[in-house]
Amino acid sequence: MERFAFLGRFARNRGALVGAILLLGVALMALLAPLFYPTDPLRIVAQPELWPGDDTAYPLGTDSLGRDMLAMLVHGARATLLIGLFASAVATVIGVGVGAIAGYFGGWVDEISMRTSELFQTIPNLIFVLTIVVILGSTLHNIVIAIGIVSWTPIARLTRAEFLALRDREFVQACRSMGMGDFGIILREILPNALPPVIVLSSLVVAGAILFESAVSFLGLGDPNVASWGRLVGDGRELIRSSWYICAIPGVAIMVTVLCLNLVGDGLNDALNPKLRDR
Amino acid sequence: MSAARGSSRGRAAARLLRRRLIQAVPLLLGVVVINFVLIQLAPGSFLDLMTAENQVSDPATIELLRKTYGLEDPVWMQLLKYIWALLHLNFGFSYRQNMPVMQAIWINLPATLLLMVSSIVLAFAVGVAAGVVASVKVRTFWDTLVSIAAMFFFAAPSFWLGIMMIVLFAVKLGWMPVGGMETIGGAGGGIASVLDILHHLIMPTLALGLFYAATYARVMRSSMLEVAQADFVRTARAKGLSRTKVTLSHVLRNALLPVVTILGVQMGTVLAGSVVIESVFSWPGVGSLLFDSVSSRNYPVVLGIMVLGSLVVIAANIAVDLVYMWLDPRIEIR
Repeated sequence: MERFAFLGRFARNRGALVGAILLLGVALMALLAPLFYPTDPLRIVAQPELWPGDDTAYPLGTDSLGRDMLAMLVHGARATLLIGLFASAVATVIGVGVGAIAGYFGGWVDEISMRTSELFQTIPNLIFVLTIVVILGSTLHNIVIAIGIVSWTPIARLTRAEFLALRDREFVQACRSMGMGDFGIILREILPNALPPVIVLSSLVVAGAILFESAVSFLGLGDPNVASWGRLVGDGRELIRSSWYICAIPGVAIMVTVLCLNLVGDGLNDALNPKLRDR
Repeated sequence: MSAARGSSRGRAAARLLRRRLIQAVPLLLGVVVINFVLIQLAPGSFLDLMTAENQVSDPATIELLRKTYGLEDPVWMQLLKYIWALLHLNFGFSYRQNMPVMQAIWINLPATLLLMVSSIVLAFAVGVAAGVVASVKVRTFWDTLVSIAAMFFFAAPSFWLGIMMIVLFAVKLGWMPVGGMETIGGAGGGIASVLDILHHLIMPTLALGLFYAATYARVMRSSMLEVAQADFVRTARAKGLSRTKVTLSHVLRNALLPVVTILGVQMGTVLAGSVVIESVFSWPGVGSLLFDSVSSRNYPVVLGIMVLGSLVVIAANIAVDLVYMWLDPRIEIR
């Protein structure tokens, strides 16, 4: 019943509902990409720079080499979403780990953790990502790890705050008096209670990660074997005088996806904190 | 009375400044260590890669590099030497520009600072104004308009926004230059040159700044709404002050605090964002240098920019703390 009430609160937020539906569409597109376009999307199929609508076989036109824009967009959704999700997962694991330990143990552990997170906030994030990618190589997993490394600090701070609020509650004290170990308490008692707001924040980190990845790929430093949306915008850059749609279309895709993620994140936040809803 | 108060605030500011500078030391040391670890993680020998990428084949030069980076020493010794070199602002030599790394960055710094400052000013002015309008006219057409615009600019990738602006305002309408910082061949010197640079600055500033304007507008709106319910605001109204006066002199000042906080935290993001924007608009700043260095695997420059970038962020954060203190005298910052 509680769960339905939550869904009801979420659905009452029209923006969040629209965001969730659109996001579902993008995810489906990513999942079913190989079904609609079983061949390599980077294959040349028609004459270059066909404008959208010129040929009904290529509804979004073709790029500078004559590759199908729609096929690339659909396959790009896969790359972009996967990178966003995995990078956010990396950030969440680091952030929850650091935040939980800092908040639970306090003292010098907390001090060191928070100074470290300050350090990572000081280094200009995208510059850090580019440096890591350049030094370790432009592979998919290096990009995912690099984005995770610059995105964990807000999650750590939030997790720490949740742990600080929960660590002296009665149920935790009860566990402690029963002789439960620190890590048992952290993982099995406090973490499940601290997790909901953290998950909301992770969904917003996915949006940030997608923007990071698109910037890296746009600058031509993405994995050369992956055609993410950012790379498509970068590829179209030279042709803005004759065929600006090549840049415009994948950019709209990035924007809509990020927008939907933000809407869903806000909606989840409101649904979790009904007190704040009427602000 | 007021003079005494002024001098005590001056002393508090000096104390804050001293504490912040001391706190900056371990932070910078951390940045340097991270840099060093990255160098160690580089596949193959750092030296091999660097010399290969920069087409250095002269054995004497390679020997010199080997010495500068102390590659025969144990790792901890290398780290100490690295820190020692950085303390002397020696970030190594860039063969691509044929000058010390420090000098290469220094040349490009003013253009980037100009872009950063103008973007932050734009973001702050537009964001705060939009947030105030939305909160004063809450749940009206204006509030919705601000929300929708903020959502849009919060989600649009800055480089894409920049390209779309180039398409519309430079290519189609011809109102703006496509890129660069000055008209090639010069604009005639004096005021004409300044106006020329400002003309080139408009689009990069918008592309970089609108994302932050969107952030500040959202924060400002909810902060204004929150402060408006505080007790001291009700007191001010009860004293008989007009709604406008209360909004401007009591609510606004206090509502600015969270915006200023975020501005400080985001300073590094703004600097990083300028890398992408400079690439889009061929803006001749540190971002362009970084992009060039990244593409040619010119590590010393990349690492130098990372250290100096962190330094800029630390300095900006100290400035923000001082502003914070001025806005809210109650706050004694740790």
